[in-house]
Amino acid sequence: MKLDFFLGLLLGGLTRGSIYALLALGYTMVYGIIQLINFAHGEIYMIGAFTALIVAGVLTLSGMPTLAIFAIALVVAVVYAMGYGYTIEKMAYKPLRQAPRLSVLISAIGMSMFLQNYVLLAQTSDFQPFPALIPEFAFLEPYRKIISSSQLFILITTAIVMVLLTILIRYTRTGKAMRATSQDKTMAMLVGINVNKVISTTFIIGSGTAALGGLLISSHIGQINFYIGFIAGIKAFVAAVLGGIGSIPGAVLGSFVLGMTESFGTGLVSSDYEDVFAFVFLILILIFRPEGLLGRSTKQKV
Amino acid sequence: MRRGRIFLILLIVFLTLGMVSCKKKDSDTIKIGVAGAHSGDLASYGLPTVKAAELVVKDANANGGILGRQVELVIEDDVCKPEVATNTASKLVGEKVVGVIGHICSGATKAALGIYKDSNIFAISPSATNPPLTQSGDYPNFFRTIASDDAQARLEVDFALDTLGFTKIAVLHDKGDYGKGLAEFAKGFLEKDDRAEVVLYEGVTPGAVDYTAVINKIEASGAQAIIFGGYHPEASKIVGQMRKAGMDTVFISDDGVKDDTFIKVAGEYAEGVYATGPKDTTNNPLAKKAIKEHQDTYGEDPGAFYLNAYAATLAVLNAIEAAGATDYDAVTNALRTEWVETPLGKIRFDEKGDAIGIGFSMYQVRNGAYVEIK
Repeated sequence: MKLDFFLGLLLGGLTRGSIYALLALGYTMVYGIIQLINFAHGEIYMIGAFTALIVAGVLTLSGMPTLAIFAIALVVAVVYAMGYGYTIEKMAYKPLRQAPRLSVLISAIGMSMFLQNYVLLAQTSDFQPFPALIPEFAFLEPYRKIISSSQLFILITTAIVMVLLTILIRYTRTGKAMRATSQDKTMAMLVGINVNKVISTTFIIGSGTAALGGLLISSHIGQINFYIGFIAGIKAFVAAVLGGIGSIPGAVLGSFVLGMTESFGTGLVSSDYEDVFAFVFLILILIFRPEGLLGRSTKQKV
Repeated sequence: MRRGRIFLILLIVFLTLGMVSCKKKDSDTIKIGVAGAHSGDLASYGLPTVKAAELVVKDANANGGILGRQVELVIEDDVCKPEVATNTASKLVGEKVVGVIGHICSGATKAALGIYKDSNIFAISPSATNPPLTQSGDYPNFFRTIASDDAQARLEVDFALDTLGFTKIAVLHDKGDYGKGLAEFAKGFLEKDDRAEVVLYEGVTPGAVDYTAVINKIEASGAQAIIFGGYHPEASKIVGQMRKAGMDTVFISDDGVKDDTFIKVAGEYAEGVYATGPKDTTNNPLAKKAIKEHQDTYGEDPGAFYLNAYAATLAVLNAIEAAGATDYDAVTNALRTEWVETPLGKIRFDEKGDAIGIGFSMYQVRNGAYVEIK
């Protein structure tokens, strides 16, 4: 195998993994705290991307430089998606806090479908061009084939987000409260942690990173429609389970493992089997390590 | 008493039927069958053919008919069902038609063709696109005025080999029925031709977050061109990502991509992309005339396959005229050898029965619009 082919696949896998990771963080954090699989999470990713599209569209008319448009669109998209995440939690999940878990899950699926159809009606079902917000420049010849500027940007941004998130969870009061809530909600409440606030924070952070992922990938591939969140959401969910749902480093690891599996599976065998590899791998992991790569096995209390 | 009455009714019915079939018809007319769905949920595909045939024949009869004889249409409904089509076919055989315009659906056409073959009757369909109908060689009596599903693949392959002269080609598809079908045909044609080799044959996953891995593979395979079977969302993603990676691999695709949405979404990256699409014949004078005739007679725009049926009827009348007779060998031979002006352009039929001169053209994106390559 030629070196640049190998590197191309590697970096392609990392890019894909980064996008999955930005999404998987939301799945895993929400699950860690309230044991809910938030199926509407993929739609937050899609809504983030659409917000950026609309903001960028409006700003382009004003003739601003691309970099400024990118910065503003990014901030607006992330903040808007955070608002969405907060609202969804308040509307669809909080009233069901005491309900059986299955009810909340169904509420999540309903939310996902509602949001998809809402965007479908507000926009169109057609694919729309997405402006290249990330500054595009070509690398010199031998590197050009291996990586593009948008890929590099996605990798760096993901790395920064990961570092920031680690700091937040390890060293801040909010992080401490989140960790405490995920360990034992009742106990956390008893020691004076505002659990509802922690849950809202989790939703807000997760929605922000998802919107970032949606914006980056749409700018990278240059197109968008209302359905992009569904497949990306499923894959990120798989990545979160692969890494051990509830574990943040696990979600990141799972995402990169999944991205790499898909990339090398496609490159070395055939893209016909892209999804087959991903899911066979998932099944194998779950057979031999049911708690996921970095997950902790929880003992059921009797 | 009741049994007697039933018997009487049956007797009358049979006698009447007998009289109908025994009715002395003008044996001097040339009978042509028109078969297809004229009722049921697919009637909208079949009825325009009836109207087209009637209009053409009315014209011909008004001008003194063919070979000095009037043309008579025998219209039979097959509801697009193969099991009904065999009955329809038997009836038309009984009516001693020279040939049949139809059937409409591929399945019904196939069911009827065997019956016509045994009776030396040819059929000419305006709408059955299933490739094996002509390509299997089982039905020498079959012709059609519509391009078959594989014609696009043929055109793409010929264009890549003859016009562009490529030797290494990657064939991709979107794993869907239409895209994969086309890609399989393209791959087959390339493999039969020893001028080029298929360096990569793969299906991409629609909706995947990106196609970097596939694109790396195309790059590594050394393909000079990609033939892609599928629709525009995947095509624009692949083309965009390739161009960003600095690859100038030529992209050739089908009428799922020959769509303005593709240009809108792919933007500047769409430039130079080739795609096949149906030939544009709306400026053909005969097409204009045929459509106007329909509007004048029925007060509305013609429906599906109207022009194809119009062309088929013209081709049949022309072949009979040119053959100077109505026997099977002479007429089918004339269909294969005589060019005829139709609303779809100037056509004749090849050995297998597909119309030469009908079908798809190659288009290229130039300055943000598809331009037909002549």
